[in-house]
Amino acid sequence: MGATLVEKIFSSRCGREVQAGEVVMAPVDRAMIHDITGPLAVRVFREMGGDEVFDPARVVMLFDHQVPADSVQAAENQQFMRDFAREQGIHNYDLREGVCHQVLMEKGHAAPAEIIVGSDSHTCTYGAAGACATGIGSTDMGFVLKFGALYFRVPESIRVEVSGAFAPRVGAKDLILSIAGDIGAGGATYQALEFSGETIETMPMAGRMTCCNMAIEMGAKAGIVPPDAVTREYLQARRPGAEIADLAPDQDAVYADRRAYDVTALAPQVAAPHNVDHVVDVGEVAGTHIDQVFIGSCTNGRYEDFVEAAEVLGDRTFSEEVRVIVVPASKEEYLKTLRAGLIEKFVEAGALVEAPCCGPCMGGAFGLLAPGEVSLSTSNRNFRGRQGSTEAEVYLCSPATAAASAVTGAITDPREV
Amino acid sequence: MRIWKFGDDIDTDAIIPGRFLTEYEPARLAEHVFEGTRDDCRTGVCPGDIIVAGKNFGCGSSREHAPLALLGAGVRIVVAESFARIFYRNAVNTGLLPLVCHDTGGLVEGHEATVDIENGVLTSDCIDYPIEPVPPFMQAIIDAGGLVEYAKEMKEVEICTGSQR
Repeated sequence: MGATLVEKIFSSRCGREVQAGEVVMAPVDRAMIHDITGPLAVRVFREMGGDEVFDPARVVMLFDHQVPADSVQAAENQQFMRDFAREQGIHNYDLREGVCHQVLMEKGHAAPAEIIVGSDSHTCTYGAAGACATGIGSTDMGFVLKFGALYFRVPESIRVEVSGAFAPRVGAKDLILSIAGDIGAGGATYQALEFSGETIETMPMAGRMTCCNMAIEMGAKAGIVPPDAVTREYLQARRPGAEIADLAPDQDAVYADRRAYDVTALAPQVAAPHNVDHVVDVGEVAGTHIDQVFIGSCTNGRYEDFVEAAEVLGDRTFSEEVRVIVVPASKEEYLKTLRAGLIEKFVEAGALVEAPCCGPCMGGAFGLLAPGEVSLSTSNRNFRGRQGSTEAEVYLCSPATAAASAVTGAITDPREV
Repeated sequence: MRIWKFGDDIDTDAIIPGRFLTEYEPARLAEHVFEGTRDDCRTGVCPGDIIVAGKNFGCGSSREHAPLALLGAGVRIVVAESFARIFYRNAVNTGLLPLVCHDTGGLVEGHEATVDIENGVLTSDCIDYPIEPVPPFMQAIIDAGGLVEYAKEMKEVEICTGSQR
């Protein structure tokens, strides 16, 4: 019987054939901890009798959710983490590099056939590099820090086959929102989404990251793209000399489900409040007044996203009725965007540009919403209260739709500006 | 124990909002459990009460603050038609018992319920609701009193052991 991508990864890392449904104690190639869930993981590691982490070189630490520290308590948590990194010899990017998922990808910490865990639900982003990557809680992370391994239930996979070419100003975010609307918020629980088809094959790494990032919004354990030339090119510069495993699902692999999508006629998509699977064509919510636009996050805070937004913006300015917050996902993406002149363009158009971090996405730091306010956001979650008041509303969209709407002051089809 | 009834897709932002995540103590997190979304539950929940929900309880973020906030409020059991994966693991690991019951639709807010874990049955208003058995490897963690206790005595783990469904 053939194997899916994740079955192959677990089999290869466990040294014997394993199938979906089995529970295995599998080795972890990389563990990521950050400022919010990290302190609890470290405490648990100690309570478990942990003295030295399993392999400091396989642990990556960084701070991105509340940076620079926005409260004394956040500062204390970061101080605690810094001390732990120093003591253990763990590499700590601290607050210098940006959002964890972007940073792990661009620093070459994720590669095909690896098993990666992070104490953050969007760890599934690294499936774009062909890794089996999944978010875990702090106690599971404490266990990983001690033993370098974790119990996993090998997930069944849903094969997502995507065909067709995107229309102008429609892209990866619209695709993954439409898939979330179709599969539903819990439709892929305990499963992996295996992306395939011509549209994925020709999609640059930025779009693949956007798609894998949102696998968790369907409850999935992982999202994964079979590694190919695009993956290799991305990794060659970031992990020079490293062997990059060949990996493809078997022709006769067994899938829990197969779903086909054709993007040819896909319109820009918007997830309306308060669920990520509450997805509609932009036309259905066009004209909705907005108070704030956020362009950034691990879903859409890359250079390619800012190019898309800037192209829609053109020579116009943003509406004075809207607060526009732009947050690049990492230092690298910030510098690329800056050098291309786009940061200047956004600032002149009226945006606030903040240093790389999670920003308003989690509603923990800045950019919070007042009761009754409406936000349009390129991030990944629109739960009630996610970006501030539980009386506020959050809509999710692509960078193109965000830019078009920021210009007009209401949700707008980017093809019509 | 009294039932607090919730619908489908209750996310971890609803259980404990993002702005409280610098805190890790269950008792302090409990002050903000369901803040803004179910303030009646936040102020009225008593030790031993149970949460009853529909599908996909605990979806969203990996924050372990969510089960900790419920534990801090005295909740020991959540019964739902299904759970989001990370929340399920976090609950078991921290000592909150997530129980799957295929149809919670008939259970009524505020009514009394009893849970017989050994026999896998929840009873309320004289009706028995079957509860699914917990997967064996999770049961071992529950029996130990959470993952910390389970892992405390272990010096190392054997990779790829514990194969069971």
